[in-house]
Amino acid sequence: MRILDPHIHMTSRTTDDYERMAAAGVRAVVEPAFWLGQPRTNPGSFTDYFDSLVGWEPFRASQFGIRHHATIALNPKEANDPRCREVLGLLPRYLEKDGVVAVGEVGYDSMTPEEDEVFAAQLALAIEHELPALVHTPHRDKARGTRRSLAVVAESGIDPGRVVLDHLNEVTVGLVRDTGCWLGFSIYPDTKMSPPRMVRILQQYGLERMLVNSAADWGRSDPLLTRATADAMLEAGFTEDDVDRVMWRNPVEFYGQSGRLDVSAVAETGATFAGNSIQRGGS
Amino acid sequence: MTTLDELRAVVPAQGWLGEALERVAADPAAIGRLFPAVGRRCGRAPLPDAPGWSTDEAARALLLAALPAERVAAEAETLYRYGDAAEKRAVLKALPLLPVGDAGVPLLRDAIRTNDPRLVAAALGPYARRLDDAAWRQAVLKCVFMGVPLAVVDHLDERADAELATMLAGLLEERRAAGRDLAPDVLALLDRLKGV
Repeated sequence: MRILDPHIHMTSRTTDDYERMAAAGVRAVVEPAFWLGQPRTNPGSFTDYFDSLVGWEPFRASQFGIRHHATIALNPKEANDPRCREVLGLLPRYLEKDGVVAVGEVGYDSMTPEEDEVFAAQLALAIEHELPALVHTPHRDKARGTRRSLAVVAESGIDPGRVVLDHLNEVTVGLVRDTGCWLGFSIYPDTKMSPPRMVRILQQYGLERMLVNSAADWGRSDPLLTRATADAMLEAGFTEDDVDRVMWRNPVEFYGQSGRLDVSAVAETGATFAGNSIQRGGS
Repeated sequence: MTTLDELRAVVPAQGWLGEALERVAADPAAIGRLFPAVGRRCGRAPLPDAPGWSTDEAARALLLAALPAERVAAEAETLYRYGDAAEKRAVLKALPLLPVGDAGVPLLRDAIRTNDPRLVAAALGPYARRLDDAAWRQAVLKCVFMGVPLAVVDHLDERADAELATMLAGLLEERRAAGRDLAPDVLALLDRLKGV
């Protein structure tokens, strides 16, 4: 089984997690830039974080044969802090990196005018840098936030096929199904979605444009819930090809639109990491 | 040491790279967006005719060299600051080929502080002769600690001294006390330093 977790905050995870993920079939990850437990108060905190997403984390992942990519953005919560607004001007440098496969997470947290402005500005950046966009739907007032996000996406002029609305659930999936946007679901131990509920959504709405992620971060979460969902799909009668489509081919197709997703080596071998050339210097 | 002319010979200024080099010469600020795109545009294959270099590293060195001389140090610093690991590595490897004097030393020190062996290794090329002895010894010791082959260290035998031998012997003693060992290239260096 091969899995691309299209949304996981590895910065918050231990190296042991990478090892367990590799053993469970995770061959590639996309790590979106987002808020941390502690709010940041200056642009330098963001650039150090972005540097980690295009530097340290890909290295850490590579030690376990996992390909690491990132999405870069000013997240909606911190978009409300005027001290962090300067980050918008620093994004173009990062949006040109090889490992950056989308603009994100953008979207809404509390649906403020500041969030409106920063969301729209970053969809424009996605168009300019020819990148897809990852839209976080808010945890509070989610249905209205999802509708409003769809309106902003439509107004921006970005191709809906290059946008994913994430953290959807039974209430919001129907709002997005016919918009042409991709649909993301985060599987969590307690909140968001669970594997059995995810399977029911796949049974009802089909596999097209469906993305399943663990969104594991600094909260109570589990980086192996992509694998648990894949197993639940098989138990429910989905085929191995169905699982491969949802867990690998769909996210490869979505982020592949960036022209920068590089999963060639892992896609070909599908095997665990054998070499240690990086550990030994790689030069 | 590989020269810019040797890199020009193996990575010709054609197609995307040719246009990028012209743009950078005419409009130095354009390098900010061109530099990160090099791997996607030029490829990343190793260059057999420029040992130790890959296509993207060579192309990035040529882009830096195409800048007006007075802009090189500042642009190299910014590109390193905002670079991903491959860009940082390319800047580090290009430093000895560029008219930057000692201005690149802080970049070397930054790379040596990282935990990424690719960056530590790239910092120990020919430009490392500008590091003071204490920093250079610590960097070599870090390579040993991280398992980076000592073949990456430029002028290793010429510069390795008794103080480095003492540091390496200390690490070896700790490793052996723990039932572990050091790599054969380190043991061989230690033997050479002790005159065995």
